[in-house]
Amino acid sequence: MTEIRQKLNKELAQMFKRGVIMDVTTPEQAKIAEDAGACAVMALERIPADIRAAGGVSRMSDPKLIKGIQAAVSIPVMAKVRIGHFVEAQILEALEIDYIDESEVLTPADDVYHIDKTQFKVPFVCGARNLGEALRRIAEGATMIRTKGEAGTGDIMQAVRHMRTMNSEIRQIAYMRGDELYEAAKQLQVPYDLIRCVHESSRLPVVNFAAGGVATPADAALMMQLGAEGIFVGSGIFKSSNPAKRAEAVVQAVTSYQDAKMLAELSEDIGEAMVGINTEEISTLMAERGK
Amino acid sequence: MKIGVLALQGAFAEHVSMLESLGAETFEIQKLSYLEQPFEGLIIPGGESTTISKLLRGLDLFAELQSRIAGGLPVMGTCAGLIILAKRVEGGKPCLATMDITAVRNAYGRQLGSFETTTTFAKVGNVPMTFIRAPCVRDPGAGVEVLSVVDGRIVAVREKNQLALAYHPELTGDVRIHQYFLDMVAES
Repeated sequence: MTEIRQKLNKELAQMFKRGVIMDVTTPEQAKIAEDAGACAVMALERIPADIRAAGGVSRMSDPKLIKGIQAAVSIPVMAKVRIGHFVEAQILEALEIDYIDESEVLTPADDVYHIDKTQFKVPFVCGARNLGEALRRIAEGATMIRTKGEAGTGDIMQAVRHMRTMNSEIRQIAYMRGDELYEAAKQLQVPYDLIRCVHESSRLPVVNFAAGGVATPADAALMMQLGAEGIFVGSGIFKSSNPAKRAEAVVQAVTSYQDAKMLAELSEDIGEAMVGINTEEISTLMAERGK
Repeated sequence: MKIGVLALQGAFAEHVSMLESLGAETFEIQKLSYLEQPFEGLIIPGGESTTISKLLRGLDLFAELQSRIAGGLPVMGTCAGLIILAKRVEGGKPCLATMDITAVRNAYGRQLGSFETTTTFAKVGNVPMTFIRAPCVRDPGAGVEVLSVVDGRIVAVREKNQLALAYHPELTGDVRIHQYFLDMVAES
């Protein structure tokens, strides 16, 4: 990947800021998401809640499904590949996908290596639970980061934990003396240059979204107030009783995330949220995949 | 001089830092009541045009901004902002529809079609341009001045108080286009 391509890919993520990216499994759902104001959609065969329920091995979606969704909407279309599965990524690049999510939500294909994302022209977003994971993914070529949270649960606690951890680690790096950065790079197992960059800018070098457990407009606004630059919503929309209305409310909540009066209006009468699963009661924590 | 930057979705922060580096005062527009303060110019940033368009209506900003622009408020729209201003939109619905142009959405295809280039911008000179899933302009009306063309496609236009660009001057590090807009504001 050339330097210009890398820059353009980071810049596409900048265009997503203060936006909502929604998981969709059919062209019809993609249209609902676009009409509700989603800034992009994530095309997948099953939403995380169903992946979790079905068990087994979860893989990249059928290209036919992805093409159908690309044809249905005019906004950017993303899709997921398994961690380390660079051939699935080659296939998505051939489909001219707008962003690839190398995602812990699918079953990992490689328990050691992530994809060398610098070998691709299309951009990648990756999940992270802390600053070390985020910077390792960026070193591998990711041009956008999201918290892992815990997909398919509707439980926001893990996303909150990951966002707080990341931002508190960024603050620590920002306040260090210059000569302490070498040790910090060693501790976090990341390249020195990226630590230096965080030290100077007090932020990640790429856009950082929240993901994994967002179910309500209040959840979305919570993540924005904690420092997310935008939101991924997976099961939260299409596992609720009124997807179109909830999708619209989440989009508006992300824009008006500091306006409590507006959030009160947006939270009113939008039907049942997804039932959800308490993340302390489940055995498979997807966030533990790919560190 | 005070410039309002529409901050519903997208790359508004990049415009704010560009304008502030030029000494302009800025504020973010998030809802109707923010428009009660006096300001001299408006920026509609890049982002997703369908999203911004939906939010403009949902937050009741649509009619107010439309009538202010029609009344002469200087405005600069970049990428999605160009689509928001266009009277006609190919591959989408018109939003504010104050500018006599046709915006062609996703004129360069998907993200693999995004690119950088350097091209002549009328009265400014050679400027760097960043195109991200960019639109282009077709059928500019008689009152529309074409300011820049890339590979036969119109990418920058002006109609009186309105400036629209298919690309992102806020991402290039070159402040001349923002200065051009501030000059427009000063002259109005």
